[in-house]
Amino acid sequence: MGALIFLGIVVVALIFFVGMYNSLVQLRNRVKNAWSQIDVQLKRRHDLIPNLVETAKGYMVHERETLTAITDARSRAMGANTVPERGAAEAQLSGAISRFLVTVENYPDLKANQNFLALQEELTSTENKISFARQAYNDAVLFFNNKIEMFPSNVIAGMFNFRPQEFFEIEEKSEREAPQVSFKR
Amino acid sequence: MMWELIAANRRKSVFLFAGMAALLVSLGYFIGEATMGQGGGWIGLIVATGVWVIMAAASVFGGPELVLKMSHAHEVTPDVHPQLFNVVEEMKVAAGLPRMPKVYIIDEKAPNAFATGLSPDQSSIAVTAGLLTRLNRDELQGVVAHETSHIMNRDSQFLTLASIMLGSIVILSQVFLRGMWLSGGSSRRYRRQTSGGGGGGGAALILVAAIVLAILGPLFARLLYLSISRKREYLADACAAQLTRYPEGLASALEKISDNDVPLDVANKVTAPMYIADPLALKGVAVSSWSSTHPPIEERIKILRAMSQGASLMSYEHAFAKATGKASRLIPGSALRTDKTIAIRPADPNVVREQSEKKQTRDVMDLMRAVNGYAFLVCACGLKIKVPPDMKESEIKCPRCGRTNQVPRAQVSEFAQVAAAVGALVGSQKSGTEEVPFAKPAAAAPGPKQPLEYHRRTPGEWESFACSCGHLLQLSPLFSATQMKCPNCGTITRIS
Repeated sequence: MGALIFLGIVVVALIFFVGMYNSLVQLRNRVKNAWSQIDVQLKRRHDLIPNLVETAKGYMVHERETLTAITDARSRAMGANTVPERGAAEAQLSGAISRFLVTVENYPDLKANQNFLALQEELTSTENKISFARQAYNDAVLFFNNKIEMFPSNVIAGMFNFRPQEFFEIEEKSEREAPQVSFKR
Repeated sequence: MMWELIAANRRKSVFLFAGMAALLVSLGYFIGEATMGQGGGWIGLIVATGVWVIMAAASVFGGPELVLKMSHAHEVTPDVHPQLFNVVEEMKVAAGLPRMPKVYIIDEKAPNAFATGLSPDQSSIAVTAGLLTRLNRDELQGVVAHETSHIMNRDSQFLTLASIMLGSIVILSQVFLRGMWLSGGSSRRYRRQTSGGGGGGGAALILVAAIVLAILGPLFARLLYLSISRKREYLADACAAQLTRYPEGLASALEKISDNDVPLDVANKVTAPMYIADPLALKGVAVSSWSSTHPPIEERIKILRAMSQGASLMSYEHAFAKATGKASRLIPGSALRTDKTIAIRPADPNVVREQSEKKQTRDVMDLMRAVNGYAFLVCACGLKIKVPPDMKESEIKCPRCGRTNQVPRAQVSEFAQVAAAVGALVGSQKSGTEEVPFAKPAAAAPGPKQPLEYHRRTPGEWESFACSCGHLLQLSPLFSATQMKCPNCGTITRIS
């Protein structure tokens, strides 16, 4: 009888253990998936920039610096490897793009260009997707990190080497700067 | 946080669903017992369950498509309205949906929208053409976020099943009560049948119980259903604010939707609860707040505008208490506990670019025509001629200058043209005379490998051209890609 009770306890403990391990794996995959979402959007932004610069170049003859700033920031962002490095580089790129969008104000011909308008919509949307994806990623990371620090899941996390993940931060400053473009005259 | 909210919603749904199921089953049992005597309860129970299963199966497997069809919704491709697709994708990313919802446009001038689908895996969002022209980007994002929240919270799935449960309860009680009425009260017949058994008192009690259940059951179930539906609308508003981080977008969209006086003709009693704002209530059918599927729109706007502490769920909860004076626990505690503050983002800078009303009306008309398969011909005099899809002539005379126009066709690009000419020389064949309507000419279709080209005449306007297979392709004013694939034959045409 005692052995049976003991066996029952072992089985219950095992089920509990397996369930917790699986949920940790699931959460880690959620983090990975969220990261790949950001990756897709950042890549999309990198792809859009040459087009944008090409379209704007003809109109903005006196804005060489603004355009080179974007191109430079883009190549830096494409070369970055680690998460924090990438965060910093992408933040710079966001800043360069928002400065560019402010400058566009002075070029009514460019603003009337159909091709440019379509590109601008794409760029706005990609910026939005990046920030939404970043939020989803950071939420997933927070959730996962909480889980592996809290008892009892921290025991299993320690046993199977689940490591806390890094947040993807973009500087607050550029964040706030980006949308403050005024299209009023 | 969102995930706790979704989990809590699911738990609640199961609970409420079980309650309604219990009501349905006991209704079936008592009706069976009352009409068929001892043991009939089980038959009634099986009948009730059967009615529900059949209705549920029918609506689960055919429901979403049926609803879209009933609403005359057309599935569209990204180039018809790139901004709409972008906004839907943004919300898909924000809500973490596993797959992009299908996008539909309804050719109605009244602004409204709904979402349907069985699971976040296969869902659809439909918006009216009127919505697209009246709302700016931020407002459109708010509306799409509201619909995405419904998908994320599995509201349409739950509400469909709940409404079928409600329908089954109503049908069963109606059949029972009418049957009683027509047979002049089956109690007499019933008493005669069981008079030998001698359990008269108990039988009468069961009959009374059945009648009470048949009268109160549907009423109770309806109130329950309506209160869930209203709660889910508030919740979708709260989630929309969180997803977009901009409550004003949805608030202002709701304001525009309620300001409209054009009725939404495709909405009916079945589909009305699915829309973002009840189209029947907007039509002016007076409904009191407790008997409607949607909370009063003014109240929803007031709550969204009272969100002063950011865009989080907690902030919505506070705003709800402030605006309505009720301290109702709208959002489950488990979701609020892990909630964090989310700053409201500033407005989209591009919204200032407002269009004139005339231009907007023209835009919505063109959009609807494009969705309906009209051809747009740009005459040399500059007039844009709109040709309905059932037009039989292959040519059309410009009403302004009298020139005859044909739908332009994608041309085989020059290099391929030379190659084709050589090919034609080798096997010289005569092409048949053109007598087929222009939409489907019997042209010798070039192989799919031959690159086609079409040169845009009026960028920034709707424009149509025919593919080599004769299929009509539409270029939207916002079309920005460099090539287009024919949905009919798969040939790719380069657009320049």
